[in-house]
Amino acid sequence: MVLATVSEPSAKEEVPAVAGVACHGLVKDFGSGENRLRALHGIDIDVRCGEMTLLVGPSGCGKTTLISIIAGLLTPTAGSVTLFGTPQSALRGDRLVDFRAQNVGFVFQQYNLLPSLSAVENVSIPLLVVGWRRPAALQRAAAVLREVGLGERLHSSPTKLSGGQQQRVAIARALVHEPRLLVCDEPTAALDAQSGQTVMGLLKQVAVKSDRTVIVVTHDSRVFQFGDRVLEMADGRIVQDSVTPRGSQELVRSENSAS
Amino acid sequence: MIWVAWRMLTGDTAKYLGAVFGVAFGVLLITQQASVFVGIISRTANPLSDVREASIWVCDEYLQNADEIEPMSDNAVYRVRGVEGIEWAVRLYKGMARARKPNGLFRQVILLGIDDQSLVGAPRKILMGDLASLRRPSAVFIDKSGYESLWPGEPLTIGREIEMNDRRAVIVGICETSAPFQSFPVIIACYSQATGFVARERNQLSFVVGAPVPGVSPAEACRRITAQTGLMAMTYREFVWLTIKYYMENTGIPVNFGITIVLGFVVGTAIAGQTFYLFTLENLRHFGALKAMGVNNRRITGMVLLQSLVIGLIGYSLGIGMAVAFFEGTKQSLPQLRGINIPWQIAVGSGLVMIVIMSLTSLLSLRKVLTLEPAVVFRG
Repeated sequence: MVLATVSEPSAKEEVPAVAGVACHGLVKDFGSGENRLRALHGIDIDVRCGEMTLLVGPSGCGKTTLISIIAGLLTPTAGSVTLFGTPQSALRGDRLVDFRAQNVGFVFQQYNLLPSLSAVENVSIPLLVVGWRRPAALQRAAAVLREVGLGERLHSSPTKLSGGQQQRVAIARALVHEPRLLVCDEPTAALDAQSGQTVMGLLKQVAVKSDRTVIVVTHDSRVFQFGDRVLEMADGRIVQDSVTPRGSQELVRSENSAS
Repeated sequence: MIWVAWRMLTGDTAKYLGAVFGVAFGVLLITQQASVFVGIISRTANPLSDVREASIWVCDEYLQNADEIEPMSDNAVYRVRGVEGIEWAVRLYKGMARARKPNGLFRQVILLGIDDQSLVGAPRKILMGDLASLRRPSAVFIDKSGYESLWPGEPLTIGREIEMNDRRAVIVGICETSAPFQSFPVIIACYSQATGFVARERNQLSFVVGAPVPGVSPAEACRRITAQTGLMAMTYREFVWLTIKYYMENTGIPVNFGITIVLGFVVGTAIAGQTFYLFTLENLRHFGALKAMGVNNRRITGMVLLQSLVIGLIGYSLGIGMAVAFFEGTKQSLPQLRGINIPWQIAVGSGLVMIVIMSLTSLLSLRKVLTLEPAVVFRG
């Protein structure tokens, strides 16, 4: 299943076609003086496009801080983040917000759907943010909801949907504006095992594209199979970077095609 | 995003109505109390304030309010007429009397005595009877509210008799007057008869009322009267405000109502402010998600202000509507509130107060939303 091509009324900010996310020497401190707490200790990672990277580790190890910085929601104390060739430090204020609106999609653990809007209205929000007109945004949102199997629930309130369905709406909302970076925070944490598998399968199916980087924070070892690469964190550091069998196959294939 | 803000606001009907009615009750409280205050304080000069044809009011130089009157000598009217620039001047009596019904029941009444010839000061709205009949012996008019308090539940009828100071008075007309400060019946008679309905004093003339010739302003005419006669002369407006100021400065009315109005403001702010603030707090995660998705602070500000504006406008309209309904609904059942309505200044004032309340609330809510780290949405 491949999402339909988006024809947007407003042109996306030009992003050079280089690989995904690059973080170098990322340090993040919270508090100051004696109360200072170092959450990240010089993280260096490169995340390629076209693969699903899982970020795993115990609670408090810095996963959420790391994805918040990558997504431009937090500013690092030191180090740099480059998204698709654009250094984040070059973007400030509204430029960073606009960049995020156009290039980043979010899937949250608690879905964060607006309960007063229907499923299709929720999905249309990222398009409205980047300047789409409402009728066109709703049309496009409906198409994406059909892609994730919720064509029959377009006008349902999120409160009337199951957890798995709500997360599918959230995935549709994260993908509707075709972002180049998809950040998912514990997308299966609030779901039962079967729904979790379905959601991860769906993510893998509709989100992973050759020009998109997908980072998934998860505790759930049952969904590791869906990742192409697993970065394990502990105490604010990357302690293991492993390529899963699925990931190694992708890597071999991409290296072969490059040569 | 305006549409999203609107749907966020109205999506949860209970919270939306809670915020709107919080504002509405705040507005109702402020408007109702302020209107009652203005209504009651403006009654202090009633029913004399009905004598609108007189632009000049002359009285004893030490008069402080329209209820405590030092009578003047009857010749004061001639002295006033002798002042250059006065077109006409007539006598006006105002005092208290006891009206006794044939069955012995009595009530204290406000007695007005108007000039026998010109009938200056006669009621403007006559419900029953003929003004000319006031010149007949023992003839009096009574106000409708007073009639209903003397003969409760009985239809309006002329020809009934009462007794004042052992003198018979016949009701020849029923009229409307502005509600007096003390809720006593108002009896209107010709000056010559009114002074007979009360105990005889050496001087009985309460006021001389008149008007200047064209080309002379009331203020100038008053200055001339005071200079020439030594009596106090005021314009109609000055006379009404003299009494209002007296009551404002010498009674507990403004303090008591002021406290209630301030409480209305505080309660209105608390209810409306807290409800809206809580509404924003409960939506904080959603605002965080919107910020994460790229909604900038300018748009967030617009969304919060729109929500506040909608709540303020609808709440204000409802509050004013409820206040109007209150006064309309009590017009018949509560004669004590007769004639009290909502002056436009109070309607505008409550609107301004509501703008202040909603601005404060929005600022408080905005501070919370604008300083919100969008990363908060990642915290489960």
